[in-house]
Amino acid sequence: MVSLLDIIGPVMVGPSSSHTAGACRLGLLARGLVSGTPHSALLELHGSFARTGEGHGTDKALVAGLLGFRPDDERIRTALQIAEKEGLDYRFEKTTLSDSAHPNTVRMTLDHGGIKATLVVSSLGAGRVLVTEIDGYPVEITGNFHTIALVAEDKTGSIARITGILAEHEINIATLRLTRKQKGGDAFMVIECDDSPGEGVRDELRSLDWVRWARRLDRVSGG
Amino acid sequence: MYRALADAIRDAEARGQKLAHVALELEAADQGRTVADIRAALARALGVMRGAIGDGMTGDLMSSSGLVGGDAAKLRTGPAGPLAETPFRDILARALAVQEVNAAMGVIVAAPTAGGAGVLPAVLTGLAKARSLSDETVIDGLAAAGLIGAVIAERASLSGAEGGCQAETGAAAGMAAGAATEMLGGSPSQVGHAVALTMQGMLGLVCDPLGGLVELPCVFRNATGSAIALAGIEMAMAGITFAIPVDEVIDVMGEIGREMDVRYRETAGGGLAATPTGRRLAKERLYQIKRS
Repeated sequence: MVSLLDIIGPVMVGPSSSHTAGACRLGLLARGLVSGTPHSALLELHGSFARTGEGHGTDKALVAGLLGFRPDDERIRTALQIAEKEGLDYRFEKTTLSDSAHPNTVRMTLDHGGIKATLVVSSLGAGRVLVTEIDGYPVEITGNFHTIALVAEDKTGSIARITGILAEHEINIATLRLTRKQKGGDAFMVIECDDSPGEGVRDELRSLDWVRWARRLDRVSGG
Repeated sequence: MYRALADAIRDAEARGQKLAHVALELEAADQGRTVADIRAALARALGVMRGAIGDGMTGDLMSSSGLVGGDAAKLRTGPAGPLAETPFRDILARALAVQEVNAAMGVIVAAPTAGGAGVLPAVLTGLAKARSLSDETVIDGLAAAGLIGAVIAERASLSGAEGGCQAETGAAAGMAAGAATEMLGGSPSQVGHAVALTMQGMLGLVCDPLGGLVELPCVFRNATGSAIALAGIEMAMAGITFAIPVDEVIDVMGEIGREMDVRYRETAGGGLAATPTGRRLAKERLYQIKRS
């Protein structure tokens, strides 16, 4: 469903909705994953991001997102200098990911005081973004919802317990996807929510002894 | 939102409403928001559009590569041509202004995209000034433009990488023409003809930016796209109709985009980007950006 406000918008710092506004949203998504501005960030640019990223300010926009700036924040222009002041040690490299990777893709390896994450994210055009991999797990997260991603032992009743915790916190679930590599192997869950699950919810999920890993990502797009 | 402009035009005429109001009511229902809330979001967009026009008109902005900048101010203060002192010349200046701001990493409204962001604000605010139209009328115009853009997104594309420049400035010109026609009192059916008469003139336009940067020719394409929109508005307001229905014109834009060689879809592999001078400038300027 195309929304009228998707067409007349977003308000953004130029020059490119995919290479600037989308790139900023990728940084924002990644920042949410490590709960704040990372201390170190390795940003490996693939495809068109590697070829024309500098001219579009993709480097500035990615770092701006990591700093928590939105796509319409004029500080994007000076984000690289601000990063130095804020103690964000970033490094850009050019890489070639798989042939199937979207042309506007970046792999980010982040560390925020010991909270680490590696993710592969793409800017699909018109500001739309997609997370395709977190810590080696294949995912599809659009950033249109507040999202929880978690890895749990493949255990009967696990979904009921997890959705129960969300219900206790009055968080409504929009979509839920469950994948596992094999029977009895780890289950990977992506839960998109209408309401923002706080870090408390994430920590409660993490405290379950059969949950190996849990992350939360804030919504970065949509009206 | 509607998937065919013909359906929106039929509904608007049956209810005796403007297309803008039909679009606002449907958007409110789709998104679970109020019409007032959506109008407020469009009002904020209009404020950003006017801000970009103001910033771009000053003439001291340069893109990061130095390829574009300062030309909007030339249209404002430079020597007279055949359009001097007309709204037409002012609208061209406004389109350049927004795109110069965009290329200089200023704040714009992607409408429908950043690369085509100059056309809609130029045509709508330029006409509003020339004809003393209220902000409420311009906000209605933005709603009508959003409806037209949504139909183009559904039936064709709004991405230069998918459909060439016809999908970015071409779509923007169609949106602007339809919206302005309604702002000037045109009927829903006249709006449809304005979109068709405009988009027929943009069909086949390739996306060939130097070095892949949203700068050259993008900045100027927004001005020439606005000019074609003005031609479409003038013809539609005069009662001229276009024999191919507007939805079919949009469909064929999508079809041409899909058949377009990848060199002409934002890859800098063909068109102006691949001319000897285009290649030389891109190489020099990209080198300059790396050093800066």
